[in-house]
Amino acid sequence: MLESKEITKAFGSKTAVDHISLSLEKGHVYAMLGPNGSGKTTWMKMAAGLIKPTSGQMLFEGQPVNIDSRRKIAYMSTEPFFYAWMTVKDVGAYYADFFDDFSWDGYHAMLRQMELEESMKTKTLSSGMMAKLKIAVTMARDAKIYMLDEPFNGIDLLARDNIRRCILEHADENKVLLLSSHLVEEMEAIADKAVFIHQGKLMEVDDLEEMRVERGASMADRYREIYGHTEE
Amino acid sequence: MQFNPSLPIWTQVLEALEIDIVTGKRQPGEKLPGGRELALQFSINPNTAARVYQELEKKGLCSTRRGMGTYVTEDTARIFALREEIAGQAVCQFLDTMELLGISRHEAAQWLLKKED
Repeated sequence: MLESKEITKAFGSKTAVDHISLSLEKGHVYAMLGPNGSGKTTWMKMAAGLIKPTSGQMLFEGQPVNIDSRRKIAYMSTEPFFYAWMTVKDVGAYYADFFDDFSWDGYHAMLRQMELEESMKTKTLSSGMMAKLKIAVTMARDAKIYMLDEPFNGIDLLARDNIRRCILEHADENKVLLLSSHLVEEMEAIADKAVFIHQGKLMEVDDLEEMRVERGASMADRYREIYGHTEE
Repeated sequence: MQFNPSLPIWTQVLEALEIDIVTGKRQPGEKLPGGRELALQFSINPNTAARVYQELEKKGLCSTRRGMGTYVTEDTARIFALREEIAGQAVCQFLDTMELLGISRHEAAQWLLKKED
């Protein structure tokens, strides 16, 4: 459904993404892993059509990502993107303006689940509440692909359960979910595939249950094997 | 439910359901949650949940009626056999540990009998 072919992005002399060929198939929840600066966010931004590759291609259903594909790809970045004057309701309206697939019903249901009120002002929200709001508004879209960059950051233990539930409610056989997080343990049971990236390069893609059966290794175990001796 | 992430998640959920079935928490003929609902209840990937039902069915512990859902088997003999299977596994585990400690089977049996709750 979403495929990058030899995709590369350089910022000046630094190559953030280095010839990554990766195909994400519908019906799976992918965990994208790698140390800071390994290129995960850059790859996602190219998939979301927010930045252009230096070379190579990003294809959505066989076509290069463009304005049309942006309508079917929901992306949550790590940066805050709301104006301080906005209420939670305004954030919904802002999204509804941008995206035809935005569902108010879905948004309201998720706000309830996340214990957020429409009247709350975004500038008064704690970092955890802000993180929950970002997820609620992103997942309120009826997209084909959901990409969440660091969905568990700054979120307490109980709220993480809510977020996992929200993610699982959107996982079905016709969709692709891609999560990137440093909180590897949070994704062990909800993801079924792991994508390991290191210094802009794709290391491997694993089926998690297969890896557990064959090697008795968790995603965190594999993470340590891959990065443990390469980190400076 | 807390999982051991180094072991397959599907086997851990399968074991939890088996315990529910042998203890009667889930009765013979009772409808089981759908695959999506199971995924939400255990907070697991939907493909993992589907695998749980495949394996449960393969073991003869549930049956899927087309368009109706998945039900616990009504074959009580099968459920009784499962109970023995689980008990057998628990004994093996116990004996393995005792063997590791150099405790004979006879001695191990004494341990069981004298153990107070």
